[in-house]
Amino acid sequence: MLGRARIKYQTNHMADLTVHIGGLELKNPVTTASGCFGYGPEFTDFMDISRLGGIFVKGTTGGLREGNPYPRMAETHSGMLNSVGLQNKGVDYFIDHIYPAIKDYKTNFIVNVSGSTIDEYVEVAEKLAGLEKIPGIELNISCPNVKEGGMVFGTHCPSAVAVTEAVRKIFPKTLIVKLSPNVTSVPEFAKAIEGAGADALSLINTLLAMAIDAEKRKPVLATVTGGLSGPAIKPVALRMVWEAYHSVSIPVIGIGGIMNATDAIEFLLAGAAAIQIGTANFIDPAVSMKVINGIDDYLVRHGFSSVRELTGKLELPGGFNRFRPKTF
Amino acid sequence: MKKRIEDLRLIENIRLNDEYFEIVLISGHPLPEILPGQFAEVRVDGSETTFLRRPFSFFDTETEKQQVRLLIQIVGEGTQRLSEIKPGTFLNLIYPLGRSFSLPEGKKFLLVAGGVGIAPMLLLGKWLRAQDRDPVFLFGFRSHRQFFELDRFEALGEVYVTTEDGSLGVKGLVTAHPLLADEGFSGIYTCGPEPMMKAVAHVAAEKNLFCEASLENTMACGFGACLTCARQTTEGVKMVCSDGPVLNTKQIIWQT
Ligand SMILES: Cc1cc2nc3c(=O)[nH]c(=O)nc-3n(C[C@H](O)[C@H](O)[C@H](O)COP(=O)(O)OP(=O)(O)OC[C@H]3O[C@@H](n4cnc5c(N)ncnc54)[C@H](O)[C@@H]3O)c2cc1C
Ligand SMILES: Cc1cc2nc3c(=O)[nH]c(=O)nc-3n(C[C@H](O)[C@H](O)[C@H](O)COP(=O)(O)O)c2cc1C
Ligand code: FES
Repeated sequence: MLGRARIKYQTNHMADLTVHIGGLELKNPVTTASGCFGYGPEFTDFMDISRLGGIFVKGTTGGLREGNPYPRMAETHSGMLNSVGLQNKGVDYFIDHIYPAIKDYKTNFIVNVSGSTIDEYVEVAEKLAGLEKIPGIELNISCPNVKEGGMVFGTHCPSAVAVTEAVRKIFPKTLIVKLSPNVTSVPEFAKAIEGAGADALSLINTLLAMAIDAEKRKPVLATVTGGLSGPAIKPVALRMVWEAYHSVSIPVIGIGGIMNATDAIEFLLAGAAAIQIGTANFIDPAVSMKVINGIDDYLVRHGFSSVRELTGKLELPGGFNRFRPKTF
Repeated sequence: MKKRIEDLRLIENIRLNDEYFEIVLISGHPLPEILPGQFAEVRVDGSETTFLRRPFSFFDTETEKQQVRLLIQIVGEGTQRLSEIKPGTFLNLIYPLGRSFSLPEGKKFLLVAGGVGIAPMLLLGKWLRAQDRDPVFLFGFRSHRQFFELDRFEALGEVYVTTEDGSLGVKGLVTAHPLLADEGFSGIYTCGPEPMMKAVAHVAAEKNLFCEASLENTMACGFGACLTCARQTTEGVKMVCSDGPVLNTKQIIWQT
């Protein structure tokens, strides 16, 4: 089983899979989403993680966070809700204990950064800037699972701009900002954050959601609300990636419910330059390898020489050739 | 032990009673070492409501035959679906996962389980026997309707049964059974509903006995990547799937 699978994964690709995000070169557009891939080594029993274009590691904050009480997870049709709440041991622990263990894998480790205050974001980013093998960070201004900070930055445009500008000043490497889907106008945020100096945008984070146990007449999650992820959110994510792509000129990274190569290709067509796989890793820890191979097959089958040609290649119906963001 | 994702062929699906069934799976490869208390994450195909895998403890393993057995109670759609799977079908498993039971000093051990909590106790009993220890089993069921033939346990040690309605064995909860007051044990292992495990842990603590419990929690991944199965312990936050499911009861902060 394992032997055969490995051989299949190692087919030489025919198309050019490299993509560029800010100053980063990814060997392919397939990366794994923050909070869904640990730090990477959790998956080495299942696959060769250095084949990934990149790994967005767990949300990292200034100090230790124990996360939320349990239950922290509720399953739903085609998805799940989580309320992990940024559990992590803090940036210093990351630098001293995690970084040495991951720095030699041949992929891009991008640290997902979170905080309760702008100062905390800046402090974490400044410390990470000094790490040679961390080529970029992703600002999580969209976590629905923490009381203060988190989503507040992502759903209030002036705050989103302020935190991006503050980090931009002290962080010279690739700065990606992760957008919240819990807003009315994605283009408004996308443009403002581009203007604040981000090198790329990633979206979407989880959708604020709720699960109820009717028998017990209680919420399922200890925090009552949580973040919805998985295939259930894919159509929403596609629409938002498409809107963001048409609003900015920096690259967009698509996230939300990607379970296979076809899903990933849909995001590329909508305008994503690269994609992140989140929840699917829990069901198939080797799914990202299959997505890489599937994208390669698609490119060959459709006669594309580079995956970069796919980005935004969506053919719109007549009369719809110009993007007009809708306001709801 | 390296974890693997593998399709195993279901060769038998045995209905034990109204609620429990046992499945026998065969691997096309030599089995990895599977220790008592470890579990597998099973993908349930063809169920609309079952999106995530389902965790089940290993009930038994037969290394030479490359077979593993799971003992499952039907509680919802996922387990219902698994109960209907026909021989010849492949099931996709991620295994072996989690921290297993450990072996302290001593000769005679009490294994207390409630309901489907008896699942990890067979492998544990065998493992204790293999190391020249004496397991004694104390099992509690709601009624005789959950009961099934326990000859595989009886081959390893004495088996005591209680039912809440008295339809079989001693009437009442396992925690009221006189065996728990017995002074001859070097330690207790427990698996089952949390109030039961809490009461068992309390008895062990009073006697200053070694005690380990196998915990459950909602799990999205089963291998330490999602942090949804967290549980506060006396030693900080632990992941039930990878730091557990077996924890020493001194570490556990009971929720009930
Ligand atoms: C480490 C571990 C080992 C396990 N070993 C076994 C085993 O050997 N045999 C066995 O039969 N079961 C075992 N379980 C429990 C088993 O995983 C669940 O019963 C199963 O996932 C339910 O799936 P379902 O789709 O049928 O039910 P669902 O539709 O998901 O749920 C039905 C009902 O059961 C409740 N429920 C679901 N999962 C759990 C859970 N983990 N704990 C408590 N209540 C739950 C739900 O709240 C709901 O009310 C184990 C769980 C863990 C975490
Ligand atoms: C268990 C879990 C933990 C997550 N933790 C983080 C996090 O720490 N930081 C972050 O920016 N996003 C986090 N996310 C969001 C994911 O990175 C991703 O944006 C989202 O799940 C949508 O993608 P998916 O549908 O492929 O999972 C988390 C998601 C899940 C399911
Ligand atoms: S279930 Fe994912 S970390 Fe335990």
